[in-house]
Amino acid sequence: MHDPDVLVITAHPQMEHSRINRRMMRAARKLAAADGGPKVLVRDLYALYPDYLIDVAAEQALLVSAKLVVWQHPIQWYSMPPLMKMWVDEVLAFGWAYGPGGTALRGKDLWLVTTTGGPQDSYHPNRYNRYFFDAFLPPYEQTATLCGMRFLTPLRLHGAHKVSDEQIAAHVAVYVDRLQRYPNWPELDELLYNLPTAVPEDARPDDEEEQEAA
Amino acid sequence: MEHTSWLTGTLVYLAAAVLAVPLAKFLGLGSIIGYLAAGILIGPWGLKFVTNPQDMLHFSEFGVVLMLFLVGLELEPRRLWSLRKPIFGWGSVQLFGSAALMVVVAVLAGLDWRIALVAALGLAMSSTAIGLGVLNERSLMQTGSGQSVLSVALLQDVAAIPILALLPLLATAQAHADGSGWIGAAKALAVIATIVLGGRLLIRPALRWIANSRTPEIFTAASLLLVVATAALMQTVGLSMALGAFLAGVLLAESEYRRELETDIEPFKGLLLGLFFIAVGMSVDFAVVLAQPLLIAGVVIGFLLLKALVLWGMGRAIPLPRPERPVFIILLAQGGEFGFVVFQTAAQAGVIEAPVSSLLVAAVAISMLITPLLLVAADKWLIPLLAGQSRKNLPEIDEPQNQSVIIAGFGRYGQVVGRLLYANGIHPTVLDTSADQIETMRRFDWRVFYGDATRLDLMRTAGAATAKVLVLAIDDVEQSVAVAKMVRENFPNLTVVARARNVQHYFELLDLGVTIIERETLDSALMSARSVLEQLGWERHQARTLALRFRRHNIDLLLKMAPHRKDADKVLAAAKLGRQQLEEQFAQEREQAARRQVRGGWVSDDDTPGVPPS
Repeated sequence: MHDPDVLVITAHPQMEHSRINRRMMRAARKLAAADGGPKVLVRDLYALYPDYLIDVAAEQALLVSAKLVVWQHPIQWYSMPPLMKMWVDEVLAFGWAYGPGGTALRGKDLWLVTTTGGPQDSYHPNRYNRYFFDAFLPPYEQTATLCGMRFLTPLRLHGAHKVSDEQIAAHVAVYVDRLQRYPNWPELDELLYNLPTAVPEDARPDDEEEQEAA
Repeated sequence: MEHTSWLTGTLVYLAAAVLAVPLAKFLGLGSIIGYLAAGILIGPWGLKFVTNPQDMLHFSEFGVVLMLFLVGLELEPRRLWSLRKPIFGWGSVQLFGSAALMVVVAVLAGLDWRIALVAALGLAMSSTAIGLGVLNERSLMQTGSGQSVLSVALLQDVAAIPILALLPLLATAQAHADGSGWIGAAKALAVIATIVLGGRLLIRPALRWIANSRTPEIFTAASLLLVVATAALMQTVGLSMALGAFLAGVLLAESEYRRELETDIEPFKGLLLGLFFIAVGMSVDFAVVLAQPLLIAGVVIGFLLLKALVLWGMGRAIPLPRPERPVFIILLAQGGEFGFVVFQTAAQAGVIEAPVSSLLVAAVAISMLITPLLLVAADKWLIPLLAGQSRKNLPEIDEPQNQSVIIAGFGRYGQVVGRLLYANGIHPTVLDTSADQIETMRRFDWRVFYGDATRLDLMRTAGAATAKVLVLAIDDVEQSVAVAKMVRENFPNLTVVARARNVQHYFELLDLGVTIIERETLDSALMSARSVLEQLGWERHQARTLALRFRRHNIDLLLKMAPHRKDADKVLAAAKLGRQQLEEQFAQEREQAARRQVRGGWVSDDDTPGVPPS
């Protein structure tokens, strides 16, 4: 499928053990096959690139037409799975997604859809995760902002190992409903686009370490 | 023939075969001994159910014709052409070498040279039916000894024609008319030309037309008609029917109906060959044997030893693998059905007297009788000795299997695939044709079956109809393509995961609709290339990325070239362009990286990007 309206980038290193993310992916896939509503395309990164060799040109081409970009993955060690991170590193390139001439993603929406193993109340100063969950989101939010994208309110499900099947079903239903109705979400009109601060040519924020792209 | 006698005849033959063959197999003696024993049992010297074996011999000779047709089907013209040296070279050595040796011995023993010559030529022939039958039964057709036996048998078929034509000349009383010989030769040539041209131009469209009518029994009838017609044509001009059928088979070996023809003819061949062996059993004239038991024994042992001597020398000179030599020698040392014909013709022409003829016929029949026994003995004692180890017998796969994966070819490649599968609890059905390989693998507790994956019936037994994946890891390109073709035609739901020896092989598999193909050396070569880059100072991760990208580019290019693969210029141009593109792309990336580093302000003189520090 070409020129999707909604591009779902999903990543789970052990999809075979997944209870929730797999169901969500399948539900989105079904949507992709159905007629009517926005054109949804699901990219399962670990299935597409089992050898970690991301086809940057192909990924960028799909991003161009998408209005909504969904990142659907479990939170692992307070962050995204490694291949997802690699996707961000390589696909959201300097001079394409950000920096001088990097306007390819400007005006699009980024929606994080995620699950955590720990229950919601574990994300609290008095519990073992020590921070509210929102405290782990600034890297996502800032990534979106630097690319000129709106960072929509994340959809999340905590305590993934313990939730009941009914809870999962309800969660998947919310997910599908949102995808289907995009861009007609009530809260969207109130969200403004933050214009990214210009990045000077000689300062690439993610390049402070000696890192060579090619 | 009367209706009832036809019925009783059929009853007797079928009952004898059904009783004797399983019994012989149960005793570990093979089916051929069973048939021969059944023949003796119901023949004039046993229960006397049948008193005229000659008729049955003539009728069932058609089994040999069908068998040679099937042998021809397995042999494309190209491969037949590559066999021309063994056929005419080694075939002649066997036939004329053995005959010459026997003539010398016979003349020294005081025989008339004419009788000696006829006897020698007749005894030098070997039984194609038993020879190829045994090879098929043991799946030895593709081995060196199998091909050698086939080559010699083919030459004997060819040589039988002039021998039979020249026999009357030996009779002093008869003068031969010169003119008829020329006309006969011209007729023979015309018939062969008809078969070759007809096979090329007419039969394939005809078969297509019949196949399109979608009546399977008519296709079977057409298959039989084809063989019968060819045989009849050859017979009218006095050529060997079997040779004609063989020729027709070769011409159809490349046609798309090869497998169907094979499957259709196979059961007829089996039954008629069985009948043939029964007839041979019946035709042993025990009166002659009992009258001169010592003389017969002397003749049998003498000619077997003399032929074996020549064959032993051939086995060493070709050279055949040592464990294969006993089978080669035994199969060709025996007398054969052509011997019967030679002696009968000679007796009719008055070259030899009737008692001599029946004595020789009896000798040939006895040699055919003891050949299967000799084989059993060789299997038990001689071959294990030569192989340097006790060899368990390797039964061909015969019980239906139903695993989800079949691995065809269990050499270096298939083994790695199999081991990973096993480690993950998958127990594939494994087929291989190398006896040594199977022996080794079985010592490691692998369940490997002996079986030629190009055969439809075997693949069916191996579970191809229900399996999900066939791992095609066969070493030999031709066989690999043959299996792929057969599987695509007959088991379209079976996914083929193939190993390609080279690009040409890759394309051939691609043409057959196989999509999951790995070139066997690509990945290991890329690993080596990675190591070289690393040794030159590239970062290990960068070397990995470059190798993986090269791989992707290379495969894309290959797929792009596939449609033009027949056009050498286009392929060359595409390959050159592809290489140039990749080089340019990599160079461009190195340049960009360099610019970025300059912009970043942390470039140092001895650290040129993309090129490792010296």
